[in-house]
Amino acid sequence: MTETAAIELKGISKAFGPVQANKDISIKVMPGTIHGIIGENGAGKSTLMSILYGFYKADRGEIWINGKKTEIPDSQAAIAAGIGMVFQHFKLVQNFSVLENVILGAEDGALLRPSLNKARGVLKHLAEEYELQVDPEALIEDLSVGHQQRVEILKALYREADILILDEPTGVLTPAEADHLFRILNGLREEGKTIILITHKLREIMEITDTVSVMRRGEMTATVKTAETNPEQLAELMVGRKVLLQVDKVPAKPAEPVLEVSNLRHIDEDGVERLKGIDLTVRAGEIVGIAGVSGNGQSELMHVLGGYGHATGSIKMNGQELDLTGKHSDGRSRRDRGIGHVPEDRHHEGLILNFSAWENSVFGYHHGPETGSGMLMDIKAMKQEAQAKMDRFDVRPPHPWLAAKNFSGGNQQKIVLAREIERNPDLLLIGQPTRGVDIGAIEFIHQQIVQLRDAGKAILLVSVELDEIMSLSDRIAVMFDGQIMGERLPSETDQTELGLLMAGVTNPKELAHG
Amino acid sequence: MDLAVIIQVLDSSIRLSTPLLLACLAGLFSERAGIFDIGLEGKMLISAFASAAFAFTTGNVWIGLMAGIGASLALSAIHGLASITFRGNQLISGVALNFLASGLTVLIAQNWFKQGGRTPTIPEEQRFQDITLPFADALRDVPVFGPIYSDLISGHSALAYIAFLMVPLTWWVLFRTRFGLRLRAVGEAPDAVDTAGVSVIGLRFAAVGTCGVLCGIAGAYLATSLQAGFVKEMTAGRGYIALAALIFAKWRPWYALMACLLFGFLQAVALRFQNIRLGDFVIPVQLMEALPYILTVVILAGFVGKAIPPRAGGEPYVKER
Amino acid sequence: MDKMPAWADAVLVPLISVFLAAAISALVILSIGENPLNAFSIMVEGALSSSRGIGYTLYYATNFIFTGLAVAVAFHARMFNIGGEGQAMIGGLGVALVCLFIPWPHWSLALLGATVIAALFGAAWAYIPAFLQAKRGSHIVITTIMFNFIAFSLLNYVLVNMLKPQGSSDPATARFPEATHLPTFQSMFSTADNVMFRNAPANVTFFIALLACVAVYLLIWRTRLGYELRSFGQSETAAVYAGISPVKITIVAMLISGGLAGLMALNTTMGEAERLVLNATEGAGFIGIAVALMGRSHPVGILLAALLFGFLYQGGTELAFWTSIPTQLIIVIQALVILFTGALDNMVRMPLEKIFLNIRKGDA
Repeated sequence: MTETAAIELKGISKAFGPVQANKDISIKVMPGTIHGIIGENGAGKSTLMSILYGFYKADRGEIWINGKKTEIPDSQAAIAAGIGMVFQHFKLVQNFSVLENVILGAEDGALLRPSLNKARGVLKHLAEEYELQVDPEALIEDLSVGHQQRVEILKALYREADILILDEPTGVLTPAEADHLFRILNGLREEGKTIILITHKLREIMEITDTVSVMRRGEMTATVKTAETNPEQLAELMVGRKVLLQVDKVPAKPAEPVLEVSNLRHIDEDGVERLKGIDLTVRAGEIVGIAGVSGNGQSELMHVLGGYGHATGSIKMNGQELDLTGKHSDGRSRRDRGIGHVPEDRHHEGLILNFSAWENSVFGYHHGPETGSGMLMDIKAMKQEAQAKMDRFDVRPPHPWLAAKNFSGGNQQKIVLAREIERNPDLLLIGQPTRGVDIGAIEFIHQQIVQLRDAGKAILLVSVELDEIMSLSDRIAVMFDGQIMGERLPSETDQTELGLLMAGVTNPKELAHG
Repeated sequence: MDLAVIIQVLDSSIRLSTPLLLACLAGLFSERAGIFDIGLEGKMLISAFASAAFAFTTGNVWIGLMAGIGASLALSAIHGLASITFRGNQLISGVALNFLASGLTVLIAQNWFKQGGRTPTIPEEQRFQDITLPFADALRDVPVFGPIYSDLISGHSALAYIAFLMVPLTWWVLFRTRFGLRLRAVGEAPDAVDTAGVSVIGLRFAAVGTCGVLCGIAGAYLATSLQAGFVKEMTAGRGYIALAALIFAKWRPWYALMACLLFGFLQAVALRFQNIRLGDFVIPVQLMEALPYILTVVILAGFVGKAIPPRAGGEPYVKER
Repeated sequence: MDKMPAWADAVLVPLISVFLAAAISALVILSIGENPLNAFSIMVEGALSSSRGIGYTLYYATNFIFTGLAVAVAFHARMFNIGGEGQAMIGGLGVALVCLFIPWPHWSLALLGATVIAALFGAAWAYIPAFLQAKRGSHIVITTIMFNFIAFSLLNYVLVNMLKPQGSSDPATARFPEATHLPTFQSMFSTADNVMFRNAPANVTFFIALLACVAVYLLIWRTRLGYELRSFGQSETAAVYAGISPVKITIVAMLISGGLAGLMALNTTMGEAERLVLNATEGAGFIGIAVALMGRSHPVGILLAALLFGFLYQGGTELAFWTSIPTQLIIVIQALVILFTGALDNMVRMPLEKIFLNIRKGDA
């Protein structure tokens, strides 16, 4: 092949402290194609694209644009090189009009009027050419998410970008909006633009890309032609061929229902319905795993169950109705009702990073007997108790006085886990138990969860790691777009079927075998 | 109350509104760019001193003005360094600069002039002169309009006219120029500005600098136009009233004019009448003095239209994906 | 891992900041033609070398302990209470009312009553900004600034129109009755043939300030409320996860903060002036900001910083008396301390972190 690549990355490496986000990544994208980059959360996709857009500087490696070696120290250089980027979180000024957002940074002179007039014309032209209709005078805050995304694309096109990078563009879109986006992307490809699509949804890759690269743990594991691959193969490449972590467990003996959720709905601050009528039951002595791509309502479900986040519908705990809106809808009341909660985000929720381990080991239970019965908290008892918990959960280093931020991810998670499990809850909510946790600790954490189940407790597990869901759960519920798509037994399903359910495909068997 | 008294009070309102307006617009530039500035008071104060000191020593009020602007800009530079470069706490920096101005002015004044922390009185001809507008004398006898034009609109110093002209100018810069667009954007969404390839730091320093210039003019007006020299703490909380006016105006130039005129009027009335008698009920002068602050709290509480500050206000910008 | 050890962050950074502030202050003194060393020795002489000087130093320190603690408690909940001045004014009003209108049999009872009222009044004045912050999201910094001015006007009105004795032109109350006069250090520590703390205003309130330090220490680090307050200050999202109500913590923290600021009035109004004057607070509410920043919001640090500022105030007064340096030098120093410890601390921290990183690399 003699054609020059639109983008060629050669041996890009980038580390954040001890974390190697990108390891020696090379990739070639031909002009006029859509190239997908797929991988799990934290695989390093976004870091790679941020390097390409001048947000981060690579530690090593070269960027070649249209056959020319190009330095991209900042966004300005990226724009000059013809690269446009549509970020996952839009970079728009909310109370500006569409036009103002489009010309920002690309004005033609010191006065606005000529720029605005020119942009109005260009936008009209672009709208007709690529189905990118947006009212140019509308304020961003009045636009739907889908329209806001069009503004981002318009911004790039207005700057005459030939290369368009889209980072998880459909994560925030409804299926109809996503279809429209794909029509736009197809139109752009026909005009000879080069598009990089970052996603973790297999369906999108299959639907629109020409080639696809798979990233895993900072490394590029494969680049293949989309026509020559299939979802199963990609899923395998994404999660790797590594042996499933074997968890020793006997079959569950589910008893009476502990948690009964019915028709649970939650609307977030922006007025978006995040939970659309969830029905779910967790029984004593079983682990129910919720699989799903992140952002499909799992976090909201955990928040509502954990007592923060108003909702409608019904949650029963041991047969008793829980308060969903009143003054008993807080974390403290939930804990009093026997609900333990290992939150998904231990840095922003589960721990106070600047607090010592012993202070963190009573977090949320500081009104309970752990802190003594007097006016003043019994610090000595708290420290002893924390030491004991840390020993039992093998937290290293075993120093209760050390600030939480000084522990590794795995040990931080053990501190949270110890706090919640040692409280002996009837129900344990546990989100992303092994995110950012080293292999050694993963096994330990899994054992603890299974032990709690065997002690007759109910466990609701949320994880984006399919392996984890598969190996831990006694029953799997798949969430997509605020709904439960279906429930499966781990013995009767596989990663492919679950992956397709997670992508919102309602009839996966048909698609996979048809 | 006859027309003459009303015109006197209104004239005094304009004089008292002028420094508020300049400081308020100064704050507007800074806060629109996302840098909170509770140091308006300090910048005005240090400029009042510097302008008076230099106007007196050189005998040239314009050199005084330049010195005032320079002193105010020096404080702006520190504020920029603390809140933009070193991403420090903007509020604490503002508080510190207010004290710095409060202390330094008296310290230097005492050292230079040995008059108990004030400057000597600047002779009339070395201050900003009141400008008589064309035909002011000729039109004086026209009923109603005559006195309004001759005694109210005419007869203020150049700086006062500059202040009022700054309102349309500020509006024009903010909403009709590239600089204004970027300035407003950086106060709302610095990440949008950054990804558009424009320097967040450069814009914010420009805004803080503009704020310094306007505060400098405000201080010079106080010491070389409204009064005849510097006395300690002569700003007397005007920087905070300007801040209140800015919130009252919801960070918009024309509203700022209205708010400053209103607060200037309240000050003028409090000065002129002390306690106001309405039948049996007496409005105490203290209430008039406190009214700007009370009104601002009411606005802040969102009971009368919500005052929404620029979204990125007060937050140092850290590059993030 | 931390970029540098905790002790460096807690001690070295503020120390270097204070050193920078001191160095620039020395330059200021030099530039107005005085000798900084000479000035320093006059300050030490005036503030520390006699029991009278110490009495003044401790009097000022008492004010700064209260206002410093007030700012610190709010800081722990990540709020900037700039309204200590107004809260102290209103606290003073409470003290005056209690002293003037209740016939106290003994100073100790009067002190007890005044303590309760001063705290209540100060807290009440902090309540509205706190409520507006918690419920309506009104920025507490702006509202507390506004409330300082409103407090001044209110106090001015009450003094002029209600509490001023007839025939007086001074906006101040009548002198408090004899029974409410607090024991001064002079009356407490002098013996028949050895008069200590002669005419110095330090009084029994100093010990209340020390008690307040202990109380705040216990509150912040030993009670569940303090634990919640610190949690909220560190991370609001985590606090919500743990079932801590942001509204409740915001209001409670500000009530405590306002109460502490109000207590300052005991020292100035009941202890020293023995009547309420319009300008009783004399900016001590703002010095609390410097004290809290320098003391790293810890009662021990605040006590030390308050003593330092007490020394600066008394020393500065002496300095103005003996040299051509006006007392405003103290305000400059205060400004520099706030600037370096509060706003420019990254300027000190960033190079330090680099140094420690290099040291570590060298070790490895």
